[in-house]
Amino acid sequence: MTLLKSKKVPGLTYSSNRPAWKEKPSALYSAMKALIVVGVTVCIGLPVLIVFSTSFADNTQILQSGGYVLWPTHPNLDAYRTLFSGTLMIRALGVSAFITIVGTAIALFVTILLAYATSRPVLFGRPVVLAVLFTMLFSAGIIPMYLMIKQLGLIDSLWALILPGALGGFNFVVMRSFFMNIPAELLESARIDGASDWKILWTMVLPLSKAVTAVVGLFYAVGIWNAFFNALLYLNDTSKWPVQVVLRSYVLQGKSMTADQLGVAVQTQPQSLQMAVVVIALVPILLVYPFLQRHFTKGVITGAVKG
Amino acid sequence: MSPTTRQETLETSAATVQSGARSTRPSAGHRGKPARRKTAVHHVPFKVRWRRDWQMVLMMVPGVVVMLLFAYIPILGNVIAFQDYQPYLSIFEAPFVGIEKFVGLFDDPDFLGAFRNTMVLATTQLVLFFPIPIILALVVDSLSNGRVRKVFQSIVYLPHFLSWVLVITFFQEFLGGAGFINNTLKLMGLGTIPFMTDPATFPLMATIQLVWKDAGWAMIIFLAALSTVDVSLYEAAAADGAGRWRRLWHVTLPSLRPVIILLLILRIGDILSVGFEQFILQRDNVGPGAAEVLDTYVYYSGVIGGDWSAGAAAGLAKGVISALLIWGANSLAHKFGEAGLFQKKVG
Repeated sequence: MTLLKSKKVPGLTYSSNRPAWKEKPSALYSAMKALIVVGVTVCIGLPVLIVFSTSFADNTQILQSGGYVLWPTHPNLDAYRTLFSGTLMIRALGVSAFITIVGTAIALFVTILLAYATSRPVLFGRPVVLAVLFTMLFSAGIIPMYLMIKQLGLIDSLWALILPGALGGFNFVVMRSFFMNIPAELLESARIDGASDWKILWTMVLPLSKAVTAVVGLFYAVGIWNAFFNALLYLNDTSKWPVQVVLRSYVLQGKSMTADQLGVAVQTQPQSLQMAVVVIALVPILLVYPFLQRHFTKGVITGAVKG
Repeated sequence: MSPTTRQETLETSAATVQSGARSTRPSAGHRGKPARRKTAVHHVPFKVRWRRDWQMVLMMVPGVVVMLLFAYIPILGNVIAFQDYQPYLSIFEAPFVGIEKFVGLFDDPDFLGAFRNTMVLATTQLVLFFPIPIILALVVDSLSNGRVRKVFQSIVYLPHFLSWVLVITFFQEFLGGAGFINNTLKLMGLGTIPFMTDPATFPLMATIQLVWKDAGWAMIIFLAALSTVDVSLYEAAAADGAGRWRRLWHVTLPSLRPVIILLLILRIGDILSVGFEQFILQRDNVGPGAAEVLDTYVYYSGVIGGDWSAGAAAGLAKGVISALLIWGANSLAHKFGEAGLFQKKVG
């Protein structure tokens, strides 16, 4: 009977696209589902909201409500003004921007070249691919890596945060799978016309690969922006700290920022100042997230992994 | 390529002549045509292949250099695990001590503690984390309103892209000693709860953090599997009188079983890696008794403590056992007829 009852009647409008065989959900079932959806959203959204709100709130409201506010009554940018009048945050942002932009460019260059070259049945292609896959299975470990960076003289150099990650195994596999699906006949015809492999890559392959290049680039960029431990390990010079390490020291560990670092002397560090540091570390990710999501939901990544 | 070299290529190999000015590579047809490729590749002499492929080989150079410098030479650097390495000596001067450092690990209560913590955390994660992405995927899959579904997916994927520093900061600000919840409790005149610093409940807390960050992301693979379930199966089951829950039990879950088994095997293979930044960020607050894992042990005993060889030994032992476990798990997954993490055939 349920089957008959739920059949669509022409002329009536239905709010959901429930198929004919599916029974109408019971109230309890719908309530349970709604509870999960709302609960998960609140769990993820509430901490983010509190951090944002507190960073914009004024000090009296923060003190009254015991340290955190859900919604600023008198929103202002004081915390950000204080942070950006000092050297600490500007320098950290500069470092993070530099390593993210330069690091992503270098990583894309290295990965695209290697992935394209090994996506065709060429000399040395197979052993090189196996060598990359092996690095995904077994990594050298923290201490030999540290000694290598030291041997190369990269301790306290920002290159130590850029070069070791220039070839990510996962990103390589994604790019290579994509290149392998470009028909060989297309590239061979260009070769017969006398185009060099370099030219084929630049004028034929890359224009076909904009989406996958964007995704892999964003993955590299997010990874570099988010990395924290390599900076802790390789950089002793605190003036070279990227945003993540600053976030850890001044918010998580609760160190006080000096007058020099802030530009003005602040007796007690207001909560809004710390929350502003959190927001600054968060905003770049929020900005690129829509682009990132558009591509990975399209199945570029999952398809490539399966392929 | 200059005209002269092209001319030489023509003279060197008859194979190149038939395809015009430049030799063609065998088609990339790696799917279903292995025999053809094999003959094509192996009957062409090295010299001819080099002339054909030297530009491609040149393109591999930056990647290979990066790989040698930051993966393979450091792997060789693990030799210090068998030495009594001191920072003022070079690797070539340090005296060899055999497996002394590995044996020494088993007398080190810190190492044994780190090993125990790793196991406890991995087990807690396996039991508590693993089912959550499946449940989330079932909920998302059953959302019939497209807009709600899209927005909800955007929200649950987001935390995966936040750094561990940010995630731990959010938890600290929300659940920490002076965080939002405890401040609210204080305002209401109640006592505070040490969510973030209690060693006894730390494995649970660490798993909750992992769920917050990655459960949404881990859901993707189950969603993909759910989208491939044949709808006519549901329809037939419904026609036979199976209700919502019976369809879930008899149609949906059996369809997910291969993916679940595969991911479970791979997770068990990866059991020695419970995450690193998450624990190094909380080790000071919770104490090494509960928050020291194998990776943080390597860092604190080696880089901070100065016992480089012992740290390297712990790291190497962990790396080798991990690689064997992942490799074993992958072979097991192949036995179950799944693709596994690494494809059986490369290229």
